[in-house]
Amino acid sequence: MRPTRSLRLIFACLGLALALLAGPARAQDIPGLIQSMGEASLRELGGIVEELAATGDSAVAPALEALAEGDLYVNEADGRVVIVTRNRMYDPVTQEEIGPAADADLSRIRINNSLRRDVAAAIGGLTLMSDNPSVRLSAARSMRANPSEENLALLDEALAAETDATVRGAMETAHAVTVLSLADTSIEDKRAAVPVVAQNAGREAITILNSALGSAPDALAADIRSAIAGLEQERAIWAALQNVWFGVSLGSVLLLAAIGLAITFGVMGVINMAHGEMVMLGAYTTFVVQDVIRRNAPELFDYSLAIALPLAFLITALIGIAIERGVIRWLYGRALETLLATWGLSLILQQTVRSIFGPTNRQVGNPSWMSGSFEFYGLAITWNRFWIVIFAIAVFAALLVVLNRTSLGLQMRAVTQNRRMASAMGIRTPFVDAMTFGLGSGIAGLAGVALSQIDNVSPNLGQGYIIDSFMVVVFGGVGNLWGTLVGALTLGVANKFLEPYAGAVLGKILILVLIILFIQRRPRGLFALKGRAVES
Amino acid sequence: MNMKFALGAALAGTLALSMTPAYAQDEPIKVGILHSLSGTMAISETTLKDTMLFLIEQQNAKGGLLGRQLEPVVVDIASDWPLAAEKARELLTVNEVDAVFGCWTSVCRKSVLPVFEELNGLLFYPVQYEGEESQRNVFYTGASPNQQAIPAVDYLRDEEGVERWVLAGTDYVYPQTTNKILEQYLLDAGVAPEDIMINYTPFGHSDWQTIVSEIKAFGSEGKKTAVVSTINGDANVPFYRELANQGIAAEDIPVVAFSVGEEELSGFDTTPLVGHLAAWNYFMSVETPENEEFITAWHEFIGSEDRVTNDPMEAHYIGFNLWVKAVEAAGSTDPDAVIDSIVGLETPNLTGGIATMLPNHHVTKPVLIGEIQDDGQFFVVWETEDLVPGDAWSDFLPESAMLEADWTAPINCGNYNTQTQTCGGSEVASAN
Repeated sequence: MRPTRSLRLIFACLGLALALLAGPARAQDIPGLIQSMGEASLRELGGIVEELAATGDSAVAPALEALAEGDLYVNEADGRVVIVTRNRMYDPVTQEEIGPAADADLSRIRINNSLRRDVAAAIGGLTLMSDNPSVRLSAARSMRANPSEENLALLDEALAAETDATVRGAMETAHAVTVLSLADTSIEDKRAAVPVVAQNAGREAITILNSALGSAPDALAADIRSAIAGLEQERAIWAALQNVWFGVSLGSVLLLAAIGLAITFGVMGVINMAHGEMVMLGAYTTFVVQDVIRRNAPELFDYSLAIALPLAFLITALIGIAIERGVIRWLYGRALETLLATWGLSLILQQTVRSIFGPTNRQVGNPSWMSGSFEFYGLAITWNRFWIVIFAIAVFAALLVVLNRTSLGLQMRAVTQNRRMASAMGIRTPFVDAMTFGLGSGIAGLAGVALSQIDNVSPNLGQGYIIDSFMVVVFGGVGNLWGTLVGALTLGVANKFLEPYAGAVLGKILILVLIILFIQRRPRGLFALKGRAVES
Repeated sequence: MNMKFALGAALAGTLALSMTPAYAQDEPIKVGILHSLSGTMAISETTLKDTMLFLIEQQNAKGGLLGRQLEPVVVDIASDWPLAAEKARELLTVNEVDAVFGCWTSVCRKSVLPVFEELNGLLFYPVQYEGEESQRNVFYTGASPNQQAIPAVDYLRDEEGVERWVLAGTDYVYPQTTNKILEQYLLDAGVAPEDIMINYTPFGHSDWQTIVSEIKAFGSEGKKTAVVSTINGDANVPFYRELANQGIAAEDIPVVAFSVGEEELSGFDTTPLVGHLAAWNYFMSVETPENEEFITAWHEFIGSEDRVTNDPMEAHYIGFNLWVKAVEAAGSTDPDAVIDSIVGLETPNLTGGIATMLPNHHVTKPVLIGEIQDDGQFFVVWETEDLVPGDAWSDFLPESAMLEADWTAPINCGNYNTQTQTCGGSEVASAN
């Protein structure tokens, strides 16, 4: 009896001592573990992340976040693992500032995709009980993406304490997703989770339900199937609308590329093969503007496009005027020669740009307000496409005003309709010719600024758009701006509706065939000009 | 002719014993460089022209070849393939070059092939390609599908657990053939046909909205999905941009590309691309003494620290060094002598391995998978343990599985049928 008791006492003491020891030992563990990431291989890193997550201590979260963001470095000078933000080094655990960061001494701790997923899951678990609601919200969202047994327990605990309605909603969704994804939760729980997922998980709901369907017992499968069917019906409607949006967005790009040509070719009748190069020059202007801003005033980057627009217009308009005065005015009325001369010009311009800027793509960045996407009911709309649609409409409206409401516009229309009569009325026709060509070229330059946001900025940029531009102008009706608008949108939407069925390659061919057939029926395009001007 | 050859051999013999400055005043050895310096392909090929000039300059600094200086002859094929054939003829007959380094696209190679065959020239082709070819006068120093595409798919399946596949490519011969091989490989590995989506787009495709949203929908069926991209050239930038804007991150749907390297990424803000993959046989970020030396020398030559190096540049490096060794071994620049002596020669590559010229005129290469980093470089996340020998004829296509290329005696054939033991391909293949 006695020895047993004393033995017990000894064990108890030992246990207490161990527990006491374990406390600080654990706390020391974390810096040690984080430090060990410095020399770990990818595979070892995975283990360390797991161990860090297992500590359940939210103190490791900053280090893990930095690892995921690529902000965790080893300082080669002393071998220490540090977090680097804005050129300052911080301690990965205590967040104390260590000093300024010297690039040469730092080597980043690199991770791969699967590790990135693990880290996100670990962070979710660690920050779920944070005091900051927005941190809890992102934790709940990351848990939704990484369902696991431990997360379920954590979510239960967090849900009980949660007061914020938004965060609560996100946690409930994460909880439902987790219940559905795990194998050993009860059928009742799962059944209750199905409608929650269907309602709240947005565009990913079908994915989640589908993956749950694979392992679901028959009783549950029916529920999931009907939920999926409901979602899919809804999605089909949105998919059609989404396609219309894609079409409008493609149409707006075509409109931008073609509208300058609608002036030079449509109004003046000049077959301008160098039109695409004006677009390209506009894009390169954007590049130069951004480059200057990056070097001298990075804080202005979000305004770079606003600065590039007038510059691009001016530069391309001046080049356009120079081309008109130097080459095209000698060739009026000789369509074939104009075609060849402007084709030659386009090659010269391309090679000039290639010699100055090099043959490789130039980096034009999206300002922050043109990156990413937003959801509009069931539609996913990317910001850059959205702004380009708006911009195309604005350019079109501005052009209409210039042509119909200004004296220059009046003179342009007069000269193109009856040159001799206009000249007899005292209009300086050569000046108006130059201005008109300059206007068309300048608008091509504006298009270049917009296209630099969605396409490569390379010397070949213009080539990709010249055929499409002619197609739009001819299809819409030569000499009619409204025709260009309707033509561009029709081609855009038709292309996007053909693409899912016929594929991008065949879709494009089909569009060309349809246009050829259409031109056979209506040689003057959708909106043909009427009256005497047409005959001359 | 015989006399000349004997003289050459004698010269080489003496040279091997002692290099006297007298020989350095001999006529230079001419090296043809057949790349596009204008037009669509200039974006990729201009750098390769510079690489060749760089390699030739280095060799000359080391005393040239066989005691003679090397002289580059640069022609511009302007991304125009019939012109490429004319320029190749000009190089071989007018300039009388001893070897040609050039071409990027498969259509360029196919256009110049008959010229090299007819005039018995030597072409070193530095770009990864679709395979299904082996020609006596051509040396393929880029990757064949088994040195790039197949290991990349293995990586995605084994390491990332991918079960659903989007094979997206530009509509021409390299993506078509590669995707045919990959599709067969995946089907053989037990992937269901409905888990493979194949998509082709025209050259320079810029409106990716529909395709990216299709990929997104295809990837939302509950199985891990990846995109295997053979999208070429300029179309990549808008593709990646659309991916990023539609919120497809590499953790969700990784894209592994076979035509996107450091050069292509240098015109691009890579922050949204971090984690997407590329499979190559060389990355600029590989840390070996050879590579560091190469990069330093390249920066010095080109006069800019910003210029990157990439896989086709390494292929030219390997091809050029192998040719130099073959000429030294043969003691002559005569094409027939070089073709005989080059097989089996070895030269170090830039990633710490050895490139061996195989009898099928392909080389051994390591396969590296890299993840794109935000500085436009790749971080190697996986590599093959051994060097992979290039396979001219894919083992996964029924019409080419029995074919083999061997340009050594006694077979001496580019499409030897191991079943019928005859030269001339299989019935299916020759029908193509």
